[in-house]
Amino acid sequence: MALALAAHGVEKRYGAVEALRGVSLEVAAGELVGLLGPNGAGKSTLVKIACGLVHPSAGRVEVCGAPAGSPRARRALGYLAELFRFPGWMTADEVLTLHQRLAGKGADAGTRKELLERVGLAEARTRPVEEMSKGMQQRLGIAQALVGSPRLLLLDEPTSALDPAGRRDVRGLLDDLRRAGIGVLLNSHLLTEVELVCDRVVILSRGDVVAAGRPDELSRPRGVEVDVDGGTRAYPAATRDEVPAIVRDLVAAGEDVYGVRVLATSLEEVYLEAAGGEDA
Amino acid sequence: MTAVTAVALHTLQEALRRRVFLVVLVLTVAFLGLFWLGVDRAFDEALRFADGSELLEIEVAVGATLLGLAMFATLFLGTVLAIFLTLGAVRGDAERGTLQPLVVRPIGRSTFLLARFLGAAAVCTLYVVGVFTAAAGIVRTAGGWWPDEFFAPTLELAAAVVLLCALSLLGSVFLSTTANGIAVFMLFGAGLTGGLLGQIGEAMNSETLIDVGRRTAYALPFEALYQDGLHRLTSETFGAAAFVVRLGPFGGAEAAGGGLFAWIVVYVGLVALAAGTAFARRDL
Repeated sequence: MALALAAHGVEKRYGAVEALRGVSLEVAAGELVGLLGPNGAGKSTLVKIACGLVHPSAGRVEVCGAPAGSPRARRALGYLAELFRFPGWMTADEVLTLHQRLAGKGADAGTRKELLERVGLAEARTRPVEEMSKGMQQRLGIAQALVGSPRLLLLDEPTSALDPAGRRDVRGLLDDLRRAGIGVLLNSHLLTEVELVCDRVVILSRGDVVAAGRPDELSRPRGVEVDVDGGTRAYPAATRDEVPAIVRDLVAAGEDVYGVRVLATSLEEVYLEAAGGEDA
Repeated sequence: MTAVTAVALHTLQEALRRRVFLVVLVLTVAFLGLFWLGVDRAFDEALRFADGSELLEIEVAVGATLLGLAMFATLFLGTVLAIFLTLGAVRGDAERGTLQPLVVRPIGRSTFLLARFLGAAAVCTLYVVGVFTAAAGIVRTAGGWWPDEFFAPTLELAAAVVLLCALSLLGSVFLSTTANGIAVFMLFGAGLTGGLLGQIGEAMNSETLIDVGRRTAYALPFEALYQDGLHRLTSETFGAAAFVVRLGPFGGAEAAGGGLFAWIVVYVGLVALAAGTAFARRDL
């Protein structure tokens, strides 16, 4: 599968501070990769390097085969910054028009209408940004990132200001993008969000990749729990494969079985473990 | 529409729709209103004491002095506008988070900076030309005087403000919004002070002060453009009127040599190169 984003041994130093220490990661076309890590782990720096906003101290990053920051790379990506702002005097439609022109795609009103509908802002087309709620501005930010039909989307905390319904909408949108073959690197603190939508997860801590893989690969078995007449019986060492035998034995012993749960560590637990405990 | 036009147009729209433009507009209307009142009164008072033979010279002296003052006021107001339009163009906008979504688009950083400059320069040029033309029109209407040269001084005044735009954009790459605003205003003051020292040097025949004025003119050539424009307003005025005129704001008005204009071209190129290089290297 073609790579939408490839980072090889990326390092970034700010004076004596090492923000990234040789990070490598890949995002394939149509793949949704979650980037997790505590504050200061280097997530936003990595995303900014991919956008060409920050220059790496060492290593290289390619966007759809083009060096990060080159015009070809910029044409291929859409970006939503963590702390972004649009000028308050512009309307939603004007923001998208400006970005269409900068993307060299021409100011097509039909596309703008479609983008605003996609993020639930069809009714706010002519509303100035300064009159929008934070959530609406974040939706507009997502629409802006989609201008120019990017092949790679770099989203830095795209749902931080959204309510639960808004987050569900964004999850649906990300699913659509994945189906359309767009690679997405999602930088988020919302672990449930990442667990729900991402194909793979990369955990950064102190500028290093400390864990990477599919959410189910990263989690470890934590035993089996069975609900019976007298309460819940725990089998901490048991695995999923042992469930039929456990149930058979309980039934043979005259117990009524009401429910069985195969336990695994959650992404949150994996994250806390990988990123260094409670400080993360 | 190219990306350059889009950013330049965006700068124009921003200038017109932000509150700062309204403030500049109100200040300008107030200035022009008061200027009209002052010019009207000044001509009335001056002509009351003149007999027929002095009439023409009084008109020239009052008209030229007042338009010279209006030229300075226009330079100042244009500078305020230029600074407000550009003071936060790079670092300030990056800190606010408005720059990043724009520069990740396939428009080079140098092109982006050039477009911001063109947009701001267009607004400032229109503003300066408009205000100075209005001031000249007021002097003509109220006192019947028109400068010896009009187009060249107007363009030089606009060029002086555009030069300050370029300096402010360069400053915005390195400095935060407030620091850049203060720095450019201080440069403006330094330019004026340098010019003033040069004038004093001419009057006192002090080589040191003349040298200070000359060096300042090269370091901050907007002042030299202003002086040349001022000089051109009465370039063909001689005799007693010229003597009176030189006692006013035209006292030290210096004609710029051809070398200065060539230097200004090089200067703008150097400012653009410095701004482009620094912006390209900057982490956002």
